Amino acid sequence: MTALLEVKEITKKFSGVTALSNVNLRLEGGKVTALIGENGAGKSTLLKIMSGIYTDFEGQILFKGQEIKFSRPKDAQEMGIGIIHQELNLIPYLTVAQNIFLGRELVNAFGFLEREKMINKTKALLNRLKLEVEPTALVGTLKVGQQQIVEIAKALLTESEVVFMDEPTSAIGESEVEVLFEIINKLKAEGKAIVYISHKLDELFALADDFVVLRDGKVVGQGGVSEISRSQLINMMAGREVKVVKKSTKNCTEEKVLEVKNLGLLNPENPQRPLLKDISFDLCKGEVLGVYGLMGAGRTELCESLFGLNHRKLTGSILLNGQKTGFKSPIEAIDAGMALVPEDRKKDGIVAGMSVSKNLSLTVIEKVSKFGFLSDALHTKLYDKHVASLKIKVHNEDQAIKNLSGGNQQKVILGKWIERNPTVLMLDEPTRGIDINAKNEIYELIARLSASGISILVISSEIPEILAISDRILVMSEGEITAEFSSEEATETNIMNACIPENMNQ
Amino acid sequence: MISLKKNFNIAQFQSLIALFVLCLALALLTDNFMSTDNFWNVMRQISVNVCISVGMTLVVLTAGIDLSVGSILAFCGAVTAGLLKNGLSIPSLNLFIGFTVLGAIVAGFLIGGGLGFVNGYAVTKFKVPPFVATLAMLTMARGFTMLWTKGHPITGLGGSFGFLGTGWFLGIPMPVWISGLVVITAVILTSKTRFGRYIYAIGGNENASRLSGIPINKVKIWVYSIAGLLAAVGGVLVTARLDSAQPNAGISYELDAIAAVVIGGTSLSGGRGTIWGTVLGAIIIGVLNNGLILMNVSPFWQQVIKGMVILLAVIIDKSNQKSE
Repeated sequence: MTALLEVKEITKKFSGVTALSNVNLRLEGGKVTALIGENGAGKSTLLKIMSGIYTDFEGQILFKGQEIKFSRPKDAQEMGIGIIHQELNLIPYLTVAQNIFLGRELVNAFGFLEREKMINKTKALLNRLKLEVEPTALVGTLKVGQQQIVEIAKALLTESEVVFMDEPTSAIGESEVEVLFEIINKLKAEGKAIVYISHKLDELFALADDFVVLRDGKVVGQGGVSEISRSQLINMMAGREVKVVKKSTKNCTEEKVLEVKNLGLLNPENPQRPLLKDISFDLCKGEVLGVYGLMGAGRTELCESLFGLNHRKLTGSILLNGQKTGFKSPIEAIDAGMALVPEDRKKDGIVAGMSVSKNLSLTVIEKVSKFGFLSDALHTKLYDKHVASLKIKVHNEDQAIKNLSGGNQQKVILGKWIERNPTVLMLDEPTRGIDINAKNEIYELIARLSASGISILVISSEIPEILAISDRILVMSEGEITAEFSSEEATETNIMNACIPENMNQ
Repeated sequence: MISLKKNFNIAQFQSLIALFVLCLALALLTDNFMSTDNFWNVMRQISVNVCISVGMTLVVLTAGIDLSVGSILAFCGAVTAGLLKNGLSIPSLNLFIGFTVLGAIVAGFLIGGGLGFVNGYAVTKFKVPPFVATLAMLTMARGFTMLWTKGHPITGLGGSFGFLGTGWFLGIPMPVWISGLVVITAVILTSKTRFGRYIYAIGGNENASRLSGIPINKVKIWVYSIAGLLAAVGGVLVTARLDSAQPNAGISYELDAIAAVVIGGTSLSGGRGTIWGTVLGAIIIGVLNNGLILMNVSPFWQQVIKGMVILLAVIIDKSNQKSE
């Protein structure tokens, strides 16, 4: 069987640094190939070469045995290579149909748009993907998970023969994942080649036929998924033995640090359906409380509400160390001892163009000032301390944070809060898009911090993660707490059961 | 030495080279460019633009823009001139207040800072986009100027006031002293203080700054107030130099200030740029203006050339960013 797409000896360098070296890849029709590797292993670079974004590289790409060359992304599209990027590339103010046809609108002989035709085609496409939204709905009004499906529809419009998917499930809930898997299996049956990039090994084992492991720009292993075990894969990715740390010690004391009573958050767009409803829970000193829920369950809203955002729309009460609080802004919440590591690192966490040491000192600027002026020496001291204790991989303190890997960026964000020694640390998806080694380091850090007496609220949409790090687990669904488990009684099944909204359980 | 290296980037190095080449060319092409007289002439001319460009840099670093500086400059210059010459009389209260030079200047500064405060307040509390808020102020402040001057210049302000615009101290013109002081203060403010760090952080990522506990609104209101204050400083300098407050002073000065900021490598999307870069930008514009006049280039062509220089500067800056 000839390969549909073949990559031969591709090498790509960035100003002297080798990102990919002699990569070979063979994709056959009707097969799903899992492309895995830690962050920085070269997956994105390979993807950008395949999609025609990077055009200067050494090596060959063969499509059905013919060598092809792209000079721009559109060439790859027209050739039949579809890419679903990790980040959503949709325009919120345009409709679903307009987004799907963006750049390849159907026009009639006079150059006018054929609106009806595009809407009908979109409708058919959405039906195929089981997405129940109108083609004329604005993309900005859709949920993130639905937007992800629209992104997929975009890639399917051109009838691509090879489809690359870069972590397509990072933003969607379990039920949408199922639909996505169905679609992938359908595409596979139609004889298309699919490359699936994900950090979630469970998904790969459920889905893929073949695997390719990249490490430091090189292919370090490939073969059939059925012939390899999970731990072998992890070892291949990391290049050493790695185990997921399981929390062993329990630091929880009886001392209540945070008490949330009947917290509610109004939904200005739909008063019938509040974003948070009657949320009550306690958080003890040194406890790690995990909060699990699907997208839109209200997890992020809960964190934000505790952090002084949305204060005008809140009902109920929040007590910190027995004192009633009414934070009107993050400034007040921070002063009282709250800290928040937000979900979207790029949008809400880092100041991308600023150096690592400046990002580290953002929350503790008084600690790097002397007589009212900023001191370089104190910046260095702060930087040295956290780089050592958090094992941040960085060249020097002036390196812009955007040039660090996701895991190292997250450690910087954690560092800036640890330096404040908060009473309550809230972590919203602390390991999203982070490779397994950095994940484990962050789990260890969470355990260490809770042992030192910090109370920690962790939000996660990965059940194994929640199970590994929490002393106690809350499950949220549609703005309400639907279940609470101690770490002993929690299992994947009972957590999943508690988080599915009722109307979907039927 | 280390901090000098840190604060010096490619963009500024390129600007310096561009300035050097420009000066070299003008020295060869004209007779008068290299004279001491012309040097101080250029420096004095750019000092007004330097003052308002410094304020503009702070605003642009927060990802904002201030279109009102030209009008604020005119109004504050007129207020200072009017108070100095006529004092303030309120007939209904049967009240007359006379103003010393210092008093009149302070009053002008307060008004400039106050109008800047209004800009900042509109931008932060009412979430008016900076472009719109300061466009409204541009129109209003020009209207205030017309009301205050009744459309006529205010002239004959006295020698001690005029000294600020035309005098010399220790061999250096007064406007250069004043703009130099403004620059040094702003450099320290932006690179050495918490306030400066917050300006960069807000421009770099406002969400992340808010979640880090940075008082966004307070910082922005201060920044717009400072921009207004520095426009007032420019107004005093212009008025003192001409010994006259013109009702249509400062028209399109905001554009020269934005040009200086942009040529100096400050990103209009915020978070990136330096005061030194802006100063270089202002000097390049000033030298270019001066050189084109010395070479008898028609004023119409001067505008075309200036526009091209701005465009070129931004294109070079963009390609620098790409190669980073």
